[in-house]
Amino acid sequence: MSARDIVLERVRAALGPDPATPEVPRHYRRAGEADARGSVVRFADRVEEYRASVHTCTEGELGSLVRRLAADDAVFVAAPAIAAALGLPGDEPPLSDPELDAADVVVTGCACAIATTGTIVLDGGPESGRRAISLIPDHHICVVRAEQVLADVPDAIAALRDAADEGRPLTFVSGPSATSDIELERVEGVHGPRRLDVALVR
Amino acid sequence: MKGFPEQARVELQNPQLRRNLGVATSAIQAKRERAVAELDDWERLREAGAAIKTRALADLPRQLERLEAAVVAAGGIVHWARDAAEACAHVTRIARDHQVDEVLKVKSMATDEIGLNDALGAAGVEAIETDLAELIVQLAGDTPSHILVPAIHRNREEIRRLFARTIASGESLTSEPADLAAAARRHLRARFLRARMAVSGANFGVAETGTVVVVESEGNGRMCVTLPDVLVTVMGIEKVLPDWRDLEVMLQLLPRSSTAERMNPYTSLWTGVREKDGPREFHLILLDNGRTDTLADEVGRQALRCIRCSACLNVCPVYTRTGGHAYDSVYPGPIGAILTPQLRGLRAAPTLPWASSLCGACYDVCPVKIDIPSVLIHLRGRVARERARTDPESAAMRLIGRVFADRRRYERAQRLLRLGRGPLGRGAATVPGPLRAWTTSREQPHIPAQNFREWWLAR
Repeated sequence: MSARDIVLERVRAALGPDPATPEVPRHYRRAGEADARGSVVRFADRVEEYRASVHTCTEGELGSLVRRLAADDAVFVAAPAIAAALGLPGDEPPLSDPELDAADVVVTGCACAIATTGTIVLDGGPESGRRAISLIPDHHICVVRAEQVLADVPDAIAALRDAADEGRPLTFVSGPSATSDIELERVEGVHGPRRLDVALVR
Repeated sequence: MKGFPEQARVELQNPQLRRNLGVATSAIQAKRERAVAELDDWERLREAGAAIKTRALADLPRQLERLEAAVVAAGGIVHWARDAAEACAHVTRIARDHQVDEVLKVKSMATDEIGLNDALGAAGVEAIETDLAELIVQLAGDTPSHILVPAIHRNREEIRRLFARTIASGESLTSEPADLAAAARRHLRARFLRARMAVSGANFGVAETGTVVVVESEGNGRMCVTLPDVLVTVMGIEKVLPDWRDLEVMLQLLPRSSTAERMNPYTSLWTGVREKDGPREFHLILLDNGRTDTLADEVGRQALRCIRCSACLNVCPVYTRTGGHAYDSVYPGPIGAILTPQLRGLRAAPTLPWASSLCGACYDVCPVKIDIPSVLIHLRGRVARERARTDPESAAMRLIGRVFADRRRYERAQRLLRLGRGPLGRGAATVPGPLRAWTTSREQPHIPAQNFREWWLAR
């Protein structure tokens, strides 16, 4: 018998012939039930509480805002769709990890955002880019459009359903990288980008 | 192995440890309360979280088969491991197949549990811990003492001294946590960029979609699951969630209970392999290692609902004084006191079910409502029944039971006691001989000149 069959057999024996399977009481706030009014403002507030910065702009101002957020001589890399829209160097063909390490700033879009938790969700698509591009450079500028901001976690999980079915890698980002490993004191900036700016397009 | 009482006695002698622990756990406790109070549906989320895990466990064979099928369909490879040795052998073989001599690790309880670092080391493969606290523990040749913050027993100055003689020798380093974190970043950066293989644990594995979830803060997890060519995830079989939407509950419960944040900085979700994005090879190792034995106990199996948040440690009056090392397990605190004896067998950890005052604070904070006090009492019962034949306390209780069962024997015993001929009748603070252990911590009752029965008869 294979290890697989033995483990499954042990599980069946442990459970007995008819284990009770309770229904899941889903009486919490489900998708569509959270109050969506004020979501964009709440999102901005909560992102800032993670010591990230939020900059509100119009579609037309986006390009200049992004360039203003970095030093004049900063080396940019951007997710494919953003690179095309803003005239920034893109990730096509895909850059190597050391090339990404040489970039100062990465600009990406996102799949959606969550107001209650101040979270941005990246889905590996043309807006978000590959996972490595938003990870290796030390400064991440993420473009979030107001209509992408969802009220709460269940709304986002419902919205990401198709992405999960397609097998897209997802990354939830809530503020810059951080650690509380020393005396449980929160420190921003370990291995992921130490600076996170959100460009909120309204 | 020494038992909990002896280990705890040693740890309690360390005032630095108690200070470090007290500061850290009281801060996180207060923060967790604020994070939880923000959600008016918290109790409903807990109800749902408990039911999701109970349901997943009750249907575990089918859910594991679904998970396996979905991971394979997405290009992953699934292995099964009956025990620690088999799991370590899988990882070691994969490392050898790819001819790597170093493996990056994401903080993972499961790989600590199976002793993976030692197994890899024995095979000539260096395991590099990338989580800051795990790195501290590894550099110090220490063992973790907390689920979330394994180096909670060390303060900043101790860590500065450790880094100054290891990863940051020659650098000027202050004891500011930001400086210490920056030293770890410099040390690990090159290793992330050259890594060819990484090993992670899993917070959740979604059966419906084949998605594996790792929740973290520093970005070391993202590095490990994204940059290397080969990724191996060791996941306990109890980590499976049936449906995608179950994440809408768990991703609210876990961060607020664990780091007391609305959301942790990074959560990575991946499904098999993705062309041109991330590892080219993904292995998922499904680990038993005592979990099916735990599942066989109808009361004790609820311990398998645990999502490793560590909220129960921070509120426990025992853990916050003894620290994690006294539990002699990768799973310390209240959850460790019920999980370790079940995973390893009661004989291997017979004192742990007593490492509690049964105050119930752990149950109140548990995001998946594990009734830890009830499981502790249940396990105490199991230990006592196994011991009953040889233990002097049980023998004494059996004798007392016989005396109390018969009126004449009972009355005779009472007279004996009053005459001072019984060993407990002297009123001494501590009785010598075999009853010493019993009487050192118990006050002797005063024996009245006339008892109720005698008064009733003479009335």
